[in-house]
Amino acid sequence: MTALLSVRDLSKHFRGLAAVSRVNFDVNSGEIFAIIGPNGAGKTTLFNMIAGAMPPNGGTITFAGEQIGGLRSDEIARRGIGRTFQVVKPFPALTVEDNVVIGALMRTNSLSDARTTASEILTKLDLIAKRDQIASSLTLPDRKRLEVARALATKPKLLLLDEVMAGLRPTETDRIVAILRDLNKTGLTILLIEHVMRAVTALASRILVLHHGAAIAQGTPEHVLRDPAVIESYLGAEAL
Amino acid sequence: MTNIWYHTNWRGKAICLLLLLAFVAAPIVADRYLLSVLILVFYFAYLGHAWNLLMGFAGQLSLGHALYLGLGAYTATALWTLFGVGPWIGVFIAIPVAAAAGMLVGWLGWRFAIEGVYFALLTIAFAEFTRIGFDHLGITGASAGLFLSVSSEGADKWWNLGGGPLLYYYISLILAVAATVLVAGLRQSSLGYRWLAVREDPEAAQAVGINIFRARMIAMLISSSMTAVGGVFYGFYYRNLFPSQVFDIGRSIELILAPIIGGLGTIFGPVVGAIILTPLGEGLTGLMQSLGINAPGAKLIFYGIMLMIIISLRPDGVWPWLARQMGLNGSRK
Amino acid sequence: MTAITLNVIVQGVLTGLVYGLMALGLSVIFGVMRVVNFAHGELTVVAMYAAFLLFEMLHLEPLIALLPIAAAFFGIGYLLQRTLISPFIGRAEHEQFILLVGLATVIVNGVLLIFGPDARPINLPYSFDSYAIGPLFIDKVRVLAAVAALAVAAALFLFFRYTRTGTAIRACADNLTGAAVVGLNVKQLYAVTFGLGLACVGAAGSLMATIADASPGLSQAYTLLAFTIVIIGGLGSMMGALVGGILIGVSEALAGFYIQPSMKSMFSFALLIIVLVLRPQGLMGRRL
Repeated sequence: MTALLSVRDLSKHFRGLAAVSRVNFDVNSGEIFAIIGPNGAGKTTLFNMIAGAMPPNGGTITFAGEQIGGLRSDEIARRGIGRTFQVVKPFPALTVEDNVVIGALMRTNSLSDARTTASEILTKLDLIAKRDQIASSLTLPDRKRLEVARALATKPKLLLLDEVMAGLRPTETDRIVAILRDLNKTGLTILLIEHVMRAVTALASRILVLHHGAAIAQGTPEHVLRDPAVIESYLGAEAL
Repeated sequence: MTNIWYHTNWRGKAICLLLLLAFVAAPIVADRYLLSVLILVFYFAYLGHAWNLLMGFAGQLSLGHALYLGLGAYTATALWTLFGVGPWIGVFIAIPVAAAAGMLVGWLGWRFAIEGVYFALLTIAFAEFTRIGFDHLGITGASAGLFLSVSSEGADKWWNLGGGPLLYYYISLILAVAATVLVAGLRQSSLGYRWLAVREDPEAAQAVGINIFRARMIAMLISSSMTAVGGVFYGFYYRNLFPSQVFDIGRSIELILAPIIGGLGTIFGPVVGAIILTPLGEGLTGLMQSLGINAPGAKLIFYGIMLMIIISLRPDGVWPWLARQMGLNGSRK
Repeated sequence: MTAITLNVIVQGVLTGLVYGLMALGLSVIFGVMRVVNFAHGELTVVAMYAAFLLFEMLHLEPLIALLPIAAAFFGIGYLLQRTLISPFIGRAEHEQFILLVGLATVIVNGVLLIFGPDARPINLPYSFDSYAIGPLFIDKVRVLAAVAALAVAAALFLFFRYTRTGTAIRACADNLTGAAVVGLNVKQLYAVTFGLGLACVGAAGSLMATIADASPGLSQAYTLLAFTIVIIGGLGSMMGALVGGILIGVSEALAGFYIQPSMKSMFSFALLIIVLVLRPQGLMGRRL
């Protein structure tokens, strides 16, 4: 398998404080890769660098053979990386459908094409019945799925998901897990940050554990979750 | 546009056509005074559209649109008085001049991530800076003003905008209708959707591949160009220009009232706002005169109170509410 | 530097301190409530007329009239916030803007209706006195006005630093949700803040009346002046408002003397544009 996304020695510091230091990992085409770690471990910072929301201080990010470190987020989106936000950011005053149409307009200038794409994706994510609702009137689980739908509408090769399960009830989590599995089966590569371990173990083929900005373990779920360093620093304290 | 027209129900279509027909036919019955009021209605609807494009769609608050109005007015008027270049040619020079100023303001602001209140104050600063500059610019008459002479050759010809009120009536009507059609078309284009995304959440917009800087600059380009055309109309309609009037912040405020009162980010908001506000102001003047009150401030006091009441009761503007009342589906922005 | 230039600069600094006090009111209101008071200059002019009236009718010196005027303005501000502005807190900027533009329109035309368009000077017995210090000749009124402005500003600094209410208001500015969670009465504190902002306006207007003639036409210019100063100094920074005031005072004085009085505010706006582009948070503002 070839690496779709390849991160080398990636670092970011804020006023001397290292948020992410020399992190290395590869995400292969077609896999679901998870990044876990306690709060403040630097997951979202890492994510923001990949998505172009902030420039790295050092290291490289290679996506589909191209250096993308330091590009603007719209340039990165156009290269095929879709993302969601930890604190959801739908376009509040617009309808559910228009939210997704705007995503689809990245790949086409034709509105009718964009609407077709949007209704396909809304159907896939169980939002089609709410297409005419205003986004700000949705419940949190619906808003989270709307974020995924909008990102999917840009037809990404790699989907970055920032804690899409946080704050959801178990049944809702299972629903998203099933949706993500289906998407993955159609060839979509997924990189997710997640706290909900149930979802991580159910989805991820490989896991990277961040702690104080550094990678402390990496590998298959079985391997990583038995790692003493991981249990001590993270799992023992929070998730289990 | 086709889309919006298609989605409007028969009542909406009927009202639209009847209104248009009434405006086209109005000069048959209307006297000179009523025509002058209607000219102002169309003028403010037109400028409201221009400003609404930037604020209502792209989400950028400009309080300095007098800059583009003034530059448009001065460019075309000066070309005519100094070089004899008629307004139909002058307008094509006025547009790039104002657009260049708009690009400069936008570039300075958005490149350096100046947004919201800060951007609004930057736009005021540029308009005021230019106002004082023109106050001292000898070639356009400085603060003493620039006047269109009626005696120069060809000045009374319609192709030099030298006709009577009827000419200005139809020009302003065409401007307002054309702007409405243009804005409706843009709203339904992929560009329009990108503007809405940038307005709603710039960061999320960027994450779906939208170059927010470019989207804002395009909005500014169109908005300032449209405003410049309004400026050319202003210059030739009033036939005199003073920097302290045309570049004044009062001008900037006056032209944003109609879209805000009518409904920001809507297609008919600027039109409805202009239809409400202009006769209100004119009616007040008339009322004051008939009551024999000679108090120049009283009208504006009432105006100010009306503004406060409308924005308190209908912060989304009158049009979305009105559309619901009339059973039109045009309220969906 | 020649003695003349030095004189011009000192005059500018003194006037600038009064400007700074006016801008301080705007800065406090914005810093705490995120509301831009577009009626600031209009209210300043009202205070100038109040000082004029008290002088004409009761022969009260503006320096003394400052106290009742500032107190009255505190009350006006408190009531304005409680009634008119409170529902607009947290609403879109353009909505607040329309509300305050409406208010400004009412005020300026009310003044015009009552007093007419003519300028009203206050002729103090010492209006033309000046102190001679070395090569400098400094207007007495300006010195007194500047000292009074500094005193009011200092009182406000102390209030925010050392009183319970002042600390509570700062807490609201830093973290509104946190302030509400620990049980602070945010509505009450906002009303006090608006009151304090307008008390600055009342004091600044009284002082301004000694160095400029009150007229309705000044309103918009003062609103813009206050904006310019506050943006240059940093919106929400109290020290920044005074520094910005001095800077604009000096820039106006120099441009007025060496170039042309009518062009002086052009330089202020140029300064504003430069600051906005190079340092949008202002000279002393926190990072955006």
